[in-house]
Amino acid sequence: MPVLLVVGFIAFALSDFVGDPVLLYLGQDQTQEQREALIRQLGRDRPIFVRYADYVWGVLHGDFGISYAAREPVGQLLMQYLPATLELAGIASALAVAVGVPMGVYTAIHRNTLLSRVFMIGSLIGVSLPTFMLGMLLILVFSVWLGWLPSFGRETVLSPVLPAVTLAMFQMTMIMRLVRAEMLEILRAEYIRFARARGLSDRAIHFSHALKNTLVPVMTIIALQFGGIVAFSLVTETVFEWPGLGRLLVKSVASADGPVMSAYLLLTALLFVTINLVVDLLYFAIDPRLRLPRGGA
Amino acid sequence: MPVLSVRDLVVEFPNRRGVARAVDGVSFEIDPGEVLGLVGESGAGKSLTGAAIVGLLPPPGRIAGGAILLDGERIDALPPHRMRAIRGRRIGMIFQDPLTALNPLFTVGQQLIETMRAHLPLSHRQARERAIAWLAEVGIAAPSMRVDAYPNAFSGGMRQRVAIALALCAEPRLVIADEPTTALDVSIQAQIVALLRRLARERGTAILLITHDMGVIAETADRVAVMYAGRIVEIGSTRAVIDSPSHPYADGLMASIPSLDRPVDRLRQIDGAMPRLDAIPAGCAFHPRCPSAFDRCRVERPELRDVGPTRSACWLGQGHG
Repeated sequence: MPVLLVVGFIAFALSDFVGDPVLLYLGQDQTQEQREALIRQLGRDRPIFVRYADYVWGVLHGDFGISYAAREPVGQLLMQYLPATLELAGIASALAVAVGVPMGVYTAIHRNTLLSRVFMIGSLIGVSLPTFMLGMLLILVFSVWLGWLPSFGRETVLSPVLPAVTLAMFQMTMIMRLVRAEMLEILRAEYIRFARARGLSDRAIHFSHALKNTLVPVMTIIALQFGGIVAFSLVTETVFEWPGLGRLLVKSVASADGPVMSAYLLLTALLFVTINLVVDLLYFAIDPRLRLPRGGA
Repeated sequence: MPVLSVRDLVVEFPNRRGVARAVDGVSFEIDPGEVLGLVGESGAGKSLTGAAIVGLLPPPGRIAGGAILLDGERIDALPPHRMRAIRGRRIGMIFQDPLTALNPLFTVGQQLIETMRAHLPLSHRQARERAIAWLAEVGIAAPSMRVDAYPNAFSGGMRQRVAIALALCAEPRLVIADEPTTALDVSIQAQIVALLRRLARERGTAILLITHDMGVIAETADRVAVMYAGRIVEIGSTRAVIDSPSHPYADGLMASIPSLDRPVDRLRQIDGAMPRLDAIPAGCAFHPRCPSAFDRCRVERPELRDVGPTRSACWLGQGHG
């Protein structure tokens, strides 16, 4: 909660200081009377703290103010753009986890095989390549040369493929490297040796005993990465002209649209706070050491 | 027929400068229901001997010679899947630190059940019933409740009891207990040792008890093998080795046990340290630290031979002195 209030204030200050709505609404040919009437109408003649309280009150009721540029309620505007971003982030995260985790496990178990080395080198490229660069490369190969996949927009079923892969690449390689590092650590643990001494199969040891222990720290990163994907997908969305929140933000920055920027900021903060909460709850579900001991020790 | 028979076992670790011999020609046998204690300082090769028997030598360690026979069948060169079927089923293992030996994210019941079901044709329900019975057998109170508890709900001694249940639940012929009491409180050590011994007696399970604690050996083992620098220097019945050790190293080791009936001002200690694997002296490896070493000890390596009640690898009393 305190986090949200602080972010709320910053967001409010942003919308208050960036761009003068009066100027935006009235244009150059304004009269002094028009100006003052509008300032009163918008409530901008009141002290800043009163206006902040007003803003918080509004936000709590789902009212983020009116976009200067679109002249629509910001809430509605966000709702228009949010689904596209969530779709993209969801596909990208699922892809990153579905490919990254098995690759991490594989490279940890078969450390010295050729395939592991290829994965590891590939992951270095994945981590270091900037998103826009990767996006453009993918467009070049799959849209321009091969013509298999659409390079922009969100019209067909195949539209999300390229932007999702672009967005997932960084997360995927990160998850892979993280899973590998954790897994290598855990495979040295005494209980893994004991599990081998009990004659369990390699499969049970790797995928049940080791992986479950690996996932506790990896989960945090995956969840925070999801927040990151949603919040910072603006580069990818710009490259692929994906009609999501990132695009909305870029547009609103261009037009100095304060209310939209602050609402975006608030939404992002809310997302991260929620994700942190969910991760903490997941810890509880997975790791019995965090639960309070019930019934004697 | 002995349960376990180890013949001239050699364990080597290849490294950049050549090959280090951690276990060098070790031989012993264990009969059903018998407890053989394997003692020595850290680095003497006792844990590696145990690891070699179950086929879990840490890489790049390898068995470079000799043979290991379980119930008369050679098991030292089996393919991995056959060795896995032996581990847990025919050879159980207990490790030193009960706090880290159990997987923290699985209940003790889950770990017992998966072990039994990996080796025995049991349904989940049957295995669960047996798991509860095993917990009761190793002295866990309210086993039908505790079976669903996670390891963190157990104390160190209780966890070692669970580990014993895990090692024994598929009814192996041999249990290798590697320093099973070292990490435990002194007050609990005796209980754990007694439990292990009772369970082995009842089932005719042979035990290889690896420890550096002579007190544990004196209480538990039927016979003792004393290791030094990768070799057995003396082997015999526990009484004989403790009361009348003939190898000077074994003698020094025994003299370092405090006794309740004989008051002593100061316990004796063996000066110096065990040689590193890459600098094992020629002749008898113990001669630089031996109070009674003479010329022959520096050149020629003694082999184990009968000396009264025990077998000892020492030139003392062999013609020249």
